[in-house]
Amino acid sequence: MKNIKFLILGIFFAIVLSKTQAISWYRFYEMFKFQSFHMFGVIGGAVLISMIFMQLFKYGKIKDINGNRIEPEQKKKGFIRTLVGGTFFGLGWGISGACAAPIFIILGFKLIPALILFFGTLLGAFIYGLLSKKLPN
Amino acid sequence: MDIILQPWPWYVGGPLIAISLLLYFYFGQNFGASKNFETLCTIAGAGKVSDYFKKDWKERDFALLFVIGLIIGGFISAVYLIPNQDIDLNSTTVQELIDLGFSNVGRQYFPDEIFGEEVFFSLKGFLILLISGLFIGFGTRYAGGCTSGHAITGLSSLQLPSLLAVIGFFIGGIIATWFIIPMLF
Repeated sequence: MKNIKFLILGIFFAIVLSKTQAISWYRFYEMFKFQSFHMFGVIGGAVLISMIFMQLFKYGKIKDINGNRIEPEQKKKGFIRTLVGGTFFGLGWGISGACAAPIFIILGFKLIPALILFFGTLLGAFIYGLLSKKLPN
Repeated sequence: MDIILQPWPWYVGGPLIAISLLLYFYFGQNFGASKNFETLCTIAGAGKVSDYFKKDWKERDFALLFVIGLIIGGFISAVYLIPNQDIDLNSTTVQELIDLGFSNVGRQYFPDEIFGEEVFFSLKGFLILLISGLFIGFGTRYAGGCTSGHAITGLSSLQLPSLLAVIGFFIGGIIATWFIIPMLF
């Protein structure tokens, strides 16, 4: 059970997102309408502090639990892939007010609606898998 | 106890999200959430239909535990940690949503118009959630990440694909909130 720490981290992350209202439909609505600073503060703050961590990873000041250097995965390149894929995700995010991690968290708040959202997302990932070789990069 | 039960401000949330990322990497894995939907497809047997899903999901058992943690954490938050779901919204936002016909704006995390009982009885309510999910699943996998993987991990490690993806997130989110939501309600 060496991975039990990920379970605890999941609980922690869910509480953080829930308590900062970063799972609320309203918070994302006002973010995309640029009517509040709250979500920009949450995400922007997370990015800025993570940048410092990334530098510490890069120069080996922080190593992982096994003493190995931490190297974040390189994201797949491709102008169409990232921009079009990102736009699809943004559409779903903007309408439902949920991004990937919150879908699981919302199950604890609104079980049945979140299950519909969850199955939709699963189906979406499945469709991507079927089409992956045919889609432009 | 009071501090825990109050809503947490952005300057508490941002650092705690960064610490979650730090721990995820410290535990030896790459931070992200959306790939789990792919893993769940594999577990559900999608490998029989497409080679894309022929992967060993046991390599991602840690991520599934993270997901189970998210669900447990959601229940704990909903039941014990948020006695009051009021959200301090901009008055412009509130008025806009009232004009669109939303009720109890900002009195709970999730509006009844999208997450209420209606979804059991109306095809429209059901389709709004299902199709949103479809876009999230398809879009995150095509783009190669979501808010965690691209916006936080990717931007903070200065990756260009993540910047493009985040621009896409905002194009989609702006179209959704400025144009699609007013058409739906």
